[in-house]
Parts: sequence; C-alpha cells; structure tokens
Amino acid sequence: MWVWLHKFGSPKYFYNVSGKILPWVGGATVLLILVGLYLGLFASPADYQQRDSVRIMYIHVPSAWNSMFIYLVMAAAAAIGLIWNIKIADIAAAVSAPIGASFTFITLVTGSLWGKPMWGTWWEWDARLTSELILLFLYLGYIALQSAFEDRRTAARASAVLAIVGAVNVPIIYYSVQWWNTLHQPQSLGVGMSTIHASMLLPLLLMALGFKLLYVTLLLMRTRTEVLERERNSAWVQELAQALSGKSSSDQVRSSNEQR
Amino acid sequence: MSEAPGLFTALGVLIRRDLLLALRRRAQILNPLVFFVIVVTLFPLGLGPEPNLLQKLAPGVLWVAALLSAMLSLEAMFHSDFEDGSLEQLLLAPQPVFITVIAKVLTHWLLSGLPLLLLAPLLALWLHLSPDAIVVLLASLALGTPVLSLIGAIGVALTVGLRRGGVLLSLLVLPLYIPVLIMGAGAVDAAASGLAAGAHLSILGALLLLSLSLAPWAAGAALRISVE
Repeated sequence: MWVWLHKFGSPKYFYNVSGKILPWVGGATVLLILVGLYLGLFASPADYQQRDSVRIMYIHVPSAWNSMFIYLVMAAAAAIGLIWNIKIADIAAAVSAPIGASFTFITLVTGSLWGKPMWGTWWEWDARLTSELILLFLYLGYIALQSAFEDRRTAARASAVLAIVGAVNVPIIYYSVQWWNTLHQPQSLGVGMSTIHASMLLPLLLMALGFKLLYVTLLLMRTRTEVLERERNSAWVQELAQALSGKSSSDQVRSSNEQR
Repeated sequence: MSEAPGLFTALGVLIRRDLLLALRRRAQILNPLVFFVIVVTLFPLGLGPEPNLLQKLAPGVLWVAALLSAMLSLEAMFHSDFEDGSLEQLLLAPQPVFITVIAKVLTHWLLSGLPLLLLAPLLALWLHLSPDAIVVLLASLALGTPVLSLIGAIGVALTVGLRRGGVLLSLLVLPLYIPVLIMGAGAVDAAASGLAAGAHLSILGALLLLSLSLAPWAAGAALRISVE
C-alpha cells in the first residue's frame, strides 16, 4: 500500500491517472446534478408548509454537508502531507480550501435566502448557521496563512498544523455554539426535516452525491493545474508543453501570417 | 560537558529569564492592561450609562475585552526571541520543545492573564455586576485565560517568521477562541441571572485540560516549521 501511495503521490503519475479519471467523474457530476435538479425543482412536490421555498434545500443541504466534509478532507490531506512528505497531498489540501470556502459561502447565502420566508429574517443566530459562519472564518484563516508564506513548502507545513488544530476544534465549536444558542433562545422554528418523504429524499440524495462528485472534479482539476505550475521546470512538464505547442504551432504560424 | 539539566530546572530557568526580560520592559506588560480598561470604558460611553443595560451586557463585554487584550500581548511571546536568534538556540536545547512552549505560555499568562484577573473585579463593579457574578467571573477568567494563552501560542508560533503577522494572527486565533468566549461569558451570565454556573465552569476546565495536553505539542511543531 505504501508503494502505491508514493507512486500515486508522484506528480507525474498523478497527472496521468487523474487525466484519465477526470472525464468520467466530471460526466457523472453533470448527470447527477442535472437529474437531481430536475427531480428537485420540477418533479418533487412542494412542501405543504414551506411551499416552493423548500426547494432551496436541494442546494443548501448538499453544500452544507460538503462544507464540513471538505474541511475534514483538507485536514486529512494536510496531515498526510505533513507526516509523509507527499507533495500531492499538500497540493490537494491547499486547493481544497477555496472550494470548501465557496461551498460554505453558498450554504450561508442559501440559508439566508431560505430564512427570509421561513423565519422572517435574513439572519438568525441559529446554532447551525453560526457554526457555518465560524467554519468560513476558519477557511479564510487557513487561506490567509497559506498565502502569507513565500516558500511553498513552509506554507504547506504551517497551514497543515493550522488545519489539524482547526479539525480538532470544529466539533468543540459546533457543540459550544449549539449550547450557547439553546441557553439563550431555544429555537422553536426548526427546519423540520426529521421526516422526509421519498419524493424529496431521492433528489436530495442525488444532489448530495452530485455535489460530492463536483468537489472531486474541482479538486482534480485544480490539483492538476497546480501540479503543472509547481513542476513547470521538470522534464516531464516541459515535454508535455512541447508536445502541446508542437500540435498548435502550425495554427499559430498561420494566424501570425494572417495578421501580417 | 555536564549532563543536561532536568525538565523542571529548564522550565524554571526559562520562566525566570522571561519574567526578568519582561520586567525590564514594563510598558509591554502594562499596555494590554490599559487597553483592557479602555475597551471596557468604551462600552458605557457607546451604549449609555443605564445600569440595567450595562449589567446585562457586562459578561460579554468583559470577556470580549479580555480576549482582545490577551491577543494583543500574544505577539511578544516568541517575537523578540525569534529576532535575536535565541529561539533557535532554545529549539536546539536537549529539552523537548514542549518545555519551551509551556514556559512561554506560563510567562504569558503570568504577565497578561493574572493581571487581568486582578483588574476584572474593579471593572465588573463599574458595570454593576452583582458580587456573586464577580466571583464566577474570576473563576471563569482563571480557567479561561490560560486556554487563551495556550491556543494563542499555536498562532504566534505559526506567524512568528512573517513580517506582518499581527493581523493574520488575530484572523487565525479569534475563531479558535469562540468556545472559551461562549463558556466564559455564559458562566457569568448564568451567575448574574441567579442560575448555577457549574456546567459552564466544568466545560472551561475541560477546555483547559484539552488545550494543555494538545496545544504545546502543536505549537512546538509550528515553531520548528517557522524557524527552519
């Protein structure tokens, strides 16, 4: 397994393998999200209490699940990079942060939009919304620390420590915020999803799976770009660039001739 | 070469050295405390002098001010040692980094947390807190401020090598302070409204033990990364 891990951890091998996987994952993502959106927005019934605004759920809940999930993946990848010195893990952790922050932001915006018709306010200091906001702060701190160092190796190692500390803290923050809220003002208007009908559950699960795969797709794409940038001076990237430019050089010659 | 000194000797020597250094630069100790007093003074000026309102807001105001002033003094924890190179020597010492971090955290707490503890009752009187609540405030600060120093040590250790680490430090550390703020202010709030504060204080104690066992380890790893 270690041999496999190190083989997969080498940038070149990763670049080649991920290039083959990417179209399949990307295709599955598009398919799942399209079917999920159709079922969620057109085929599923409106809630008898929340009417059509319940359909925000199909974006809100999957992004909320993703926002927490990505933080854990990021911390795990950062830890792997820190402990075993695997470059790909460092890169995966670094590029996961903006994706996770985006999902967190989407969760907050859709939660706010959903809160307006349901709770009557754009923002409620509800325990879940608040911990989601703090999660966004944690992501932003991670990104800020990452970009503060000039040396990439140091940046990766320092932010890995922060990610691990953050991962230990996430459950503590989550429960303390929950307790804080219930102590002050018990939430009477829950989102009421303890029981959910199959016609709503199916599109929700499809969307959740689609969003997970969307993360994988984005992760692979961004990691590939980052690999190319970081390894731009290595032989295999130079070869790749030459192969690509060799293909398109005839086009370039033609266009430059036309300009003249 | 004689044998390396024991862990507790090393700890004692380090703390004595840092306290001595701090006493020779007294402004560094006093400034965060003056800041604490000023911030607390600002709230009545901004909100109006109504006793009921101030009493209601006092736990939160005092704890937020304590959080901010603890954070202000954090940078001094490793900064001068990093500048003059003695931090590298400390990391090379035969004692584990753990000991260095514990010594630094203890010194920071003695210089920022403890004076805060002594000042807090006075400020609480300004904000019309009841005597019962003041006792709980002291207990919560006694349990909570070491956690602030411990978690802060990780943040300082991560940013010590950076030129402008100050704002970044607050960005990293403040979200991690939230549980302490919630439990600390919650304890005082409960006591002020006549409820038992034991649960809040127990959780603060748990946070203290957890951060005492994990934070020095993380801060040590961060120091090694920053210094290399």
